[in-house]
Amino acid sequence: MDLLAQAIGHSFDGLTVLADVSLAIRSREVVAIVGPSGCGKSTLLSILGGLVVPASGQVLIRGREPPGCISPIAAVFQDFALLPWRSVEDNIRFVLDHRPVGPAEKRGIVADALRRTGLSEFAAAYPRQLSGGMKQRVGIARALAVRPAILLMDEPLSALDSQTRAVLIEDLTRLLDAERVGVAYVTHTLDEAVRLADRVVVLSARPGRIQDVADVGIPRSERARPSAQKELAALQARLWASIRDGAIAAEREVARA
Amino acid sequence: MPFRGRGFAPAATAPPAILAFATLITVWQAVGTAEWVNPLFLPSPAAIARALWTLAASGELWTHLTRSALRVGGGWIAGTAGGLVVGCAVGLFSLTRSVGLSLVSAFYPIPKIALLPLLILWLGIGETPKVATIALGVFFPTVIAVCGGVDQVPRNLIRMAQSFDVPFSTILRRVILPSALPAILSGFRISSSTALLLVVSSEMIGADSGIGAFITQAGNLMKTADLLAGVVVLSILGLVVARTISWLERRALRWRA
Ligand SMILES: Nc1ncnc2c1ncn2[C@@H]1O[C@H](COP(=O)(O)OP(=O)(O)OP(=O)(O)O)[C@@H](O)[C@H]1O
Ligand SMILES: [Mg+2]
Repeated sequence: MDLLAQAIGHSFDGLTVLADVSLAIRSREVVAIVGPSGCGKSTLLSILGGLVVPASGQVLIRGREPPGCISPIAAVFQDFALLPWRSVEDNIRFVLDHRPVGPAEKRGIVADALRRTGLSEFAAAYPRQLSGGMKQRVGIARALAVRPAILLMDEPLSALDSQTRAVLIEDLTRLLDAERVGVAYVTHTLDEAVRLADRVVVLSARPGRIQDVADVGIPRSERARPSAQKELAALQARLWASIRDGAIAAEREVARA
Repeated sequence: MPFRGRGFAPAATAPPAILAFATLITVWQAVGTAEWVNPLFLPSPAAIARALWTLAASGELWTHLTRSALRVGGGWIAGTAGGLVVGCAVGLFSLTRSVGLSLVSAFYPIPKIALLPLLILWLGIGETPKVATIALGVFFPTVIAVCGGVDQVPRNLIRMAQSFDVPFSTILRRVILPSALPAILSGFRISSSTALLLVVSSEMIGADSGIGAFITQAGNLMKTADLLAGVVVLSILGLVVARTISWLERRALRWRA
């Protein structure tokens, strides 16, 4: 199953945020979306997830849902968005309770999602008892529990410290190779983009348009190796060159009241 | 390095509180025993305790207490039920918000006891106007607390639930209400003290039973020890209600610890 964004345009109260963005998230493909602050990355992801209706253009689903899929699209959030009054296990259960899934199967799905994200021991813990990295693992487990074809991740590691982030990048590397999901991965961090993505899409400063697309040639599992560093660094430098002007402009912008 | 971090960390402990209370009672009793003040104006704690004992033994206290409790209970439950429904509606929907906010801000500041004569005209003498006064007094602060609590539900949790396609009724029950619960419970604190205030004042205006009526009668007959015994009962009642709400808060909000 693929997710297609066709000529998406959007504005908020006269402020044009996105202009003519066309993008395909193919099954099993990880697409990183980078771009200067405020260029409409989160808006684009909300549009892809059906939380915002675009002013122009459309989002299409092409192909059939994969077998066993409970919900074709799932999201992971920057601020984790866990229900603080529910345990880890019950947070995952939350997204399954309204689905036609029997109790035994549900238990199986939850246990499986916990296992794949290394959370099995923490099933009964409450969010406040967990570190940021563990909280985001719960966010990821919850998204995987609906067996999605497409995963929307809006800066999933931005709220974490750099060491935790490095650990989660390693985990995600493994997870994304093992899962049969397509991913739209919004990030500010070019390093994250080139470590995790198959393709990096650069949006321009607002209104966001597609400014550059780069394929990452090295298999994900080999990108941590020293031999890959030179190529990844060159790619990062190229991406930075196309973002730099927009980033400077975004940084110097005075917020509209 | 000299210590600069002193202060700004008050902690309440039991011994000074008990000591202060005991001192107050002792001094009060001493004033009474020494007959510095006419016992008609200020009966001693011992006299008040005796009055309380006599009232309890004769059963008179329980009759009044039951009457007042039934009025408070009925009015509070009715006002709270209405307030919860209307508060949610004001917090959730544009139309009810536009209508509700203006009406509530117009009616909230009216001291509800001023409506008792009108309610007696409408509903006849008896229990109904008193219960209705209490219900009205409880209704408005509950609407404000519930609507405030619903407004404060973290946006990201609602977005999360929506992005997983969780149905509206489940979002209401499993996200909005638990999240608004702290605000709702602190609304209960306000509404329960309003209910106590209103039951006593409405009984003082027109009733032959209930703690308020008892206090008025005792005052008319210059039985000040009885009068203060009634006041002590009210103080205990207020304490019990506050304690019950604290207990509810601790139980319901354990996840916040
Ligand atoms: N609901 C909204 N109403 C009005 N303006 C909005 C709304 N959501 C976003 N915006 C504005 O749209 C622009 C794009 O926002 P968006 O969050 O999509 O950018 P972003 O690329 O995700 O930014 P960041 O890198 O800071 O996360 C910003 O200028 C933002 O202020
Ligand atoms: Mg964003």
